[in-house]
Amino acid sequence: MINKVVATAAVAVADIPNGATVMIGGFGTAGMPSELIDALIAKGSKDLIIVNNNAGNADTGLAALLKARQVKKIICSFPRQTDSWVFDGLYKKGDIELELVPQGNLAERIRAAGAGIGAFYTPTGYGTPLAEGKETRHIDGRDYVLEYPIHADFALIKALRGDRWGNLVYRKTARNFGPIMAAAAKCTIAQVREIVNLGDLDPENVVTPGIFVQRVVEVPAEAKLIASPGAAA
Amino acid sequence: MKRFTRDQMAARVGRDIPNGAYVNLGIGLPTMVANHLPKDREIILHTENGLLGMGPAPEAGAEDADLINAGKQPVTTLPGASFFHHADSFAMMRGGHLDFCVLGAFQVSVTGDLANWHTGAPDAIPAVGGAMDLAIGAKRVYVMMEHLTKKGESKIVARCSYPLTGVGCVNRIFTDLAVLDVTSEGLKVLERAPELSFEELQRLTGVPLIDASAALTAEPVVTQRREHA
Repeated sequence: MINKVVATAAVAVADIPNGATVMIGGFGTAGMPSELIDALIAKGSKDLIIVNNNAGNADTGLAALLKARQVKKIICSFPRQTDSWVFDGLYKKGDIELELVPQGNLAERIRAAGAGIGAFYTPTGYGTPLAEGKETRHIDGRDYVLEYPIHADFALIKALRGDRWGNLVYRKTARNFGPIMAAAAKCTIAQVREIVNLGDLDPENVVTPGIFVQRVVEVPAEAKLIASPGAAA
Repeated sequence: MKRFTRDQMAARVGRDIPNGAYVNLGIGLPTMVANHLPKDREIILHTENGLLGMGPAPEAGAEDADLINAGKQPVTTLPGASFFHHADSFAMMRGGHLDFCVLGAFQVSVTGDLANWHTGAPDAIPAVGGAMDLAIGAKRVYVMMEHLTKKGESKIVARCSYPLTGVGCVNRIFTDLAVLDVTSEGLKVLERAPELSFEELQRLTGVPLIDASAALTAEPVVTQRREHA
């Protein structure tokens, strides 16, 4: 019997080693797998390379992971927000490395990793500082920049429901990076609000098929958090 | 000289968004356009974090942490809305499916180069978000900004001094002084603020302008606010 259900968040992240590349789902706090991040903080893995759209909000979740000095480098599109003081402090002191990627290139590089694409040409960023030093090509009257996939050892994502095969459905705009990160990582760990019986998810509505998910953890109680609105994208 | 108010600017942009359009409104000033979309048009708002058919802010107490816009503020869905993941969301831009985006700017050049993500200051923390994808992805790119900096310098420039967001991507510029089109012949002034002569606008802007305008003779009408953000 296939059973990807893991008892606790701590067990789910227990083998994330120092130096791992870890994708973390979420856009701000929507879709951020906070309990998995807390477990990673407790585990204490160091020198992590984190892939996320942002670089943490306030003092919890991803920001707490940064604060615990477990992150060597972050790959993201929008680190600076009104409540990104943890990242801001580390960055200004030179204590964290930043790879800034336009959000659509970030998404497509993640998607490409999951889809087995070796690299791709994108028009986004052409002629800007974020394309400096990158290979370019003129195709059919338009200029493109060569971008490479972002692979990860682990992905930590949050979904609404999952089953023991790892099939997932999401909730509203908390879906964001979840489906593409699930495919891009060698080991994807999903925290779900509810684990349902196999067959209870309508196959027509499954968003992430279980083949992309290795572990599922049920985290029923969720604090309702609204990120403080900031100049953020 | 009377400048267009922010509401007048937003209403003016709204008038140039046709029925049936798929539109992404950038953070800041462009967000105001949502309140000024003509009521008789069906316009679908896109937010980069995975929603088409975005509705206005919820009533107090009805906020949902899983339902937010690109500015991470709580929003609602309209009937017909859909959710999707990030790669699909940006395929809508890059793939040429999105009809319009409205962006703020630090500077726009005469050839439509856009600078709106980074001042380039050495101590500034850079953040780009979806700006570069929107700038090159939407079929038409509108910029909405103050015409002059606080120091009185034109934000419409021969060549952007701030780091670029996109090359030759801007189609139309809406400022508090004028509406201008970026064309192959140069910047064409379509409208001027009340009592602002073309010569005065030319003097303030600094780069060569083509006059295709009439100064508005009356205060522009602000379309009735639509309860839709």
